[in-house]
Amino acid sequence: MSAAAVHSLWTTAADPISKIDAPKIEYGQLSPTLIVVGAALVGVLIEAFLPRKARYYAQVFVSVVALCAAFAAVVGLAADGYGTTKAHIAAMGAIAVDGPSLFLQGTILLAGLVGLFTFAERRLDPAAHGNRVDSFAAQAASVPGSDSEKAAVKAGFTTTEVFPLLLFAIAGMLVFPSANDLLTLFVALEVFSLPLYLLCALARRKRLMSQEAAVKYFLLGAFASAFTLFGIALLYGYAGSVSYARIAQVVDGTVTNVDPALANTMGNDALLLLGSALIVMGLLFKVGAVPFHMWTPDVYQGAPTPVTGFMAAATKVAAFGALLRLLYVVLPGMRWDWRPVMWAVAIITMLGGAIVAITQTDIKRLLAYSSIAHAGFILAGVIATSKDGVSSVLFYLAGYSFVTIGAFAVVTLVRDAGGEATHLSKWAGLGRRSPLVAAVFAVFLLAFAGIPLTSGFAGKFAVFKAAAAGGAAPLVVIGVISSAIAAFFYIRVIVLMFFSEPRPEGPTVAVPSPLTMVAIAAGVAVTLVLGVAPQYFLDLASQAGVFVR
Amino acid sequence: MENLIALLIAAPLLGAAVLLVGGRRLDAVGHWIGTLLSFVSFVIGVVLFADLLGKGAEHRTLTQHLFSWVPVAGFQADVTFRLDQLSMTFVLLITGVGSLIHLYSVGYMEHDERRRRFFGYLNLFLAAMLLLVLADNYLLLYVGWEGVGLASYLLIGFWQHKPSAATAAKKAFLVNRVGDMGLSIAIMLMFTTFGSFAFGPVLSHAGDASEGRLTAIGLMLLLATCGKSAQVPLQSWLGDAMEGPTPVSALIHAATMVTAGVYLIVRSGAVFNAAPDAQLAVTVVGAVTLLFGAIVGCAKDDIKKALAGSTMSQIGYMVLAAGLGPIGYVFAIMHLVTHGFFKAGLFLGAGSVMHGMNDEVDMRKYGGLRRYMPVTFVTFGLGYLAIIGFPGLSGFFSKDKIIEAAFAKGGTDGWILGGVALLGAAITAFYMTRVMLMTFFGEERWKNQPTRSPEAPSAEPAAEHQGEHAEPHPHESPKVMTIPMIVLAVGSVLGGGFFSIGDRFLHWLEPVTGYSEGHSPVGAWTVTGATMVCLIIGVGIAWAQYGRKPVPAVAPRGSLLTRAARRDLLQDDFNHVVLVRGGEHLTRSLVYVDHTLVDGVVNGTAAGFGGLSSRLRRVQNGFARSYAVSMFGGAALLVAATLLMRAV
Repeated sequence: MSAAAVHSLWTTAADPISKIDAPKIEYGQLSPTLIVVGAALVGVLIEAFLPRKARYYAQVFVSVVALCAAFAAVVGLAADGYGTTKAHIAAMGAIAVDGPSLFLQGTILLAGLVGLFTFAERRLDPAAHGNRVDSFAAQAASVPGSDSEKAAVKAGFTTTEVFPLLLFAIAGMLVFPSANDLLTLFVALEVFSLPLYLLCALARRKRLMSQEAAVKYFLLGAFASAFTLFGIALLYGYAGSVSYARIAQVVDGTVTNVDPALANTMGNDALLLLGSALIVMGLLFKVGAVPFHMWTPDVYQGAPTPVTGFMAAATKVAAFGALLRLLYVVLPGMRWDWRPVMWAVAIITMLGGAIVAITQTDIKRLLAYSSIAHAGFILAGVIATSKDGVSSVLFYLAGYSFVTIGAFAVVTLVRDAGGEATHLSKWAGLGRRSPLVAAVFAVFLLAFAGIPLTSGFAGKFAVFKAAAAGGAAPLVVIGVISSAIAAFFYIRVIVLMFFSEPRPEGPTVAVPSPLTMVAIAAGVAVTLVLGVAPQYFLDLASQAGVFVR
Repeated sequence: MENLIALLIAAPLLGAAVLLVGGRRLDAVGHWIGTLLSFVSFVIGVVLFADLLGKGAEHRTLTQHLFSWVPVAGFQADVTFRLDQLSMTFVLLITGVGSLIHLYSVGYMEHDERRRRFFGYLNLFLAAMLLLVLADNYLLLYVGWEGVGLASYLLIGFWQHKPSAATAAKKAFLVNRVGDMGLSIAIMLMFTTFGSFAFGPVLSHAGDASEGRLTAIGLMLLLATCGKSAQVPLQSWLGDAMEGPTPVSALIHAATMVTAGVYLIVRSGAVFNAAPDAQLAVTVVGAVTLLFGAIVGCAKDDIKKALAGSTMSQIGYMVLAAGLGPIGYVFAIMHLVTHGFFKAGLFLGAGSVMHGMNDEVDMRKYGGLRRYMPVTFVTFGLGYLAIIGFPGLSGFFSKDKIIEAAFAKGGTDGWILGGVALLGAAITAFYMTRVMLMTFFGEERWKNQPTRSPEAPSAEPAAEHQGEHAEPHPHESPKVMTIPMIVLAVGSVLGGGFFSIGDRFLHWLEPVTGYSEGHSPVGAWTVTGATMVCLIIGVGIAWAQYGRKPVPAVAPRGSLLTRAARRDLLQDDFNHVVLVRGGEHLTRSLVYVDHTLVDGVVNGTAAGFGGLSSRLRRVQNGFARSYAVSMFGGAALLVAATLLMRAV
């Protein structure tokens, strides 16, 4: 082989036709997610290398630091103007850094931090064999009721893996609302869903119920993911791209260069309608909208209560964020197609959640149906298709998530011999026995019911106002009717707590560590602050209410 | 100088706050604090009066703007005070008589454990009453109006351990609410008509509004007057209000608060001048009440209730005069002031008598007291002469003017009103002579007849109490009580003459209220002569009935009219049958509708949702496969609906 040939080989090999640019990643702007992911990986290493006794403290420390640092990063980005003037699409078009992203990431991080406190609570369950234990199974792999489980309990094992799992879930949730292409969206969906499936199975008490819940959640979640993935495929077929911006261009008919290989399918409206309906369905599954809500009560009831609280709050925030971005960035051009359908979904979600909740007898299931009704209320704001709609949804989510975590944290306190006493009849007369706990729970219930001076009222008012301004007045009327129905069962619990005779062998209220107290106090504080002086936060949400395209 | 106006109110308000908040540590000095602050207010009033006198008649209106109360676009309510000749007159009356009564109360309430609280309430009353007469807009006036209502309620029920006092307070409160509704509606009407409720815009533009509007406003103001001033048909509370301590009856339920209605009408003169129908209604109410109160006063054996009937009747005179328009405004106020003196004096006298008679109020158990309480006798007697209109004393001048003005209205109205006023004068002479004779003359019926103390419940070991109170020992009251009585007696004697000679009062008040002569079909001296004749007839009949014959210690059965008058001319029976029964029927039917119709709908809806809920709940069967089917169906519907939307 001659030197010339070698040379020509060199030159041919260096031919720039198939050159791939090194991806340009704005690490600084992605830092919130990266910090959380990094900490989760550190958590895995801790599990591998630290002695069992030290793991709990190390995990809690790492998690708290990571969440605080990530929140600080979000605040820093927002202060730099990435929420408004400098909003742009980072990471080669995969991630949007804009107002809604940062607002929702901040909300998720704070909710995650408060949720973490309830995860780390180790004073509620009586110590097993001298070891302080949390709400999670001693050893997830041991069969419920088996000897190996007893041995694990006796040895004082705890599943400290929940902390890295929580961080992975949070990382996925951070990406989910800021995902700017369909693949990132899907990856984020799975990243936060899989840890949640696991977490659901880890209850210390009533383990069979917990595992059943996890299996159901996993099966149905996988089912929904399949729909979503199918929708993504169809949309790719329609637009020839998974990028939000590109799809939006095709929807608007402003696309310039068409790949000849895709010319046949491109612009086929059937693909667009099918694909977007299926993706939206996947997101509606995550927010728990009727008729994709059926997992919610079973999973909320079976999962360990701290997980339920976190999941109910943060999943809803992330999923609504993704839904908003999809509908406002990708599909605004076809809003006359999706609005009527979403109307119908919102109506049956509001009414269905509220009506079925009336006859519930388990407090966790009651709150699950309540969360379904709330998903309906938030959908009303989504349907407004206006800037006010976005900001009102952001505000609602912020207020709602803290109320939810706080309410579930209170549920963890009311216990009897079998663990948490979740049957409503056991809550009778709680106000006589523990007036403070009952009063705090009453505040949360009033916030759920949307009584003035709570965040629930301000949020509901903002959402309904935006919906009415957006031409969805009938939706508002139905929303108010559903609120009235919902108020019945919230107030019924208050009546039960304060105006019924306590039962002789009723539950006791455990005295928690400062961790749960902080979680509950944060819930009350946010509820009252957003209720009494909502204007600052409404303004903040309003500033953050513009999507980057 | 106008900056002093707020201090007029601030002094008693401070007193009320200090006394009511201060608690028991002020028990020892509380009454003197209250009295002192009342006098401070009086002195400020005198200083302002001297200042006003030094100015020309057209510059005698001072205003003080304190702050903007409700500054909303198109709805401006300010806390502004107006001191003109009319409010000045009231300020002097309120603070002057009020201070004297504070002083009197120091003695009268000496043995009451809650004396500090009593003075706190009295000061609160003064502050509210001053706010009422000094306000420069109707809304602020309304605050004072409600304030005096509150103070009146608290003071009528001051002896709340007596169920009768508690009931009387509640009754006064409720009846007054009816009148207060009238005032609030009047204010709303003013706002919709004139876009303001300040005196300036309302009164200067009164002529521009339609007569219908003005009549409506006038009638609502009249309703307010009826409530506060105990005029027919809202008169029923005043008699029962005598359950309060006697100084309260003197100050609030004789001299000042009950005249607030007269102030309201005179202040709103411009509205009434342009609404003749409302004016006619005012005169009718005044004339009816004049006779009503007088007749009730004739039949009462309770000295305070007799005086209460008299108060009602005298305010009837004032309202009648105020209804006559510019002919009568000045004389309404003049009679108001002179009445303030002599009626306060009479009540204080009655209180002094009760003080000496173990709180006995039944005049049939008095008699011959003139020898035992000479000062009370003389001051009460002067008040008596003043109220019946004895020539030269206060009532002679002021009442005579009102009767003249009534005739001067002209036409049939004038004859009727004048005739009623004359008849009223005769009845006044009768019932006041009756009170005088039964109390101070005749045989001493209290001897050998132990009086029962109203404080002592009958179930208590009565013998012990009766041993203590076996026989009253009438005695003169202490100086702190007699001095105010003497001062008021002097005012009763000289006030009318001082005001009338040279028309001083007329010239003083005319710039505010306006004045016109009217066209009297009868001469002034004829009226005076007729009044004298009526007076002599009234006194004569009373003498024949109560002076010549001994007064029976137990009331005789009496004629039908007497019996009706003893029951306040059946006012409470009327209210019971018409209002209470009617109200009960109405509420019962409303409750029925609520139970069957409203609750039916509500409960039905709730049951419906509950049933729906239990049915829907069954869908949630716990099987993941059913859930998946639901999702699949939902997704299919979603897709189908989306496609359908496009197809449509």
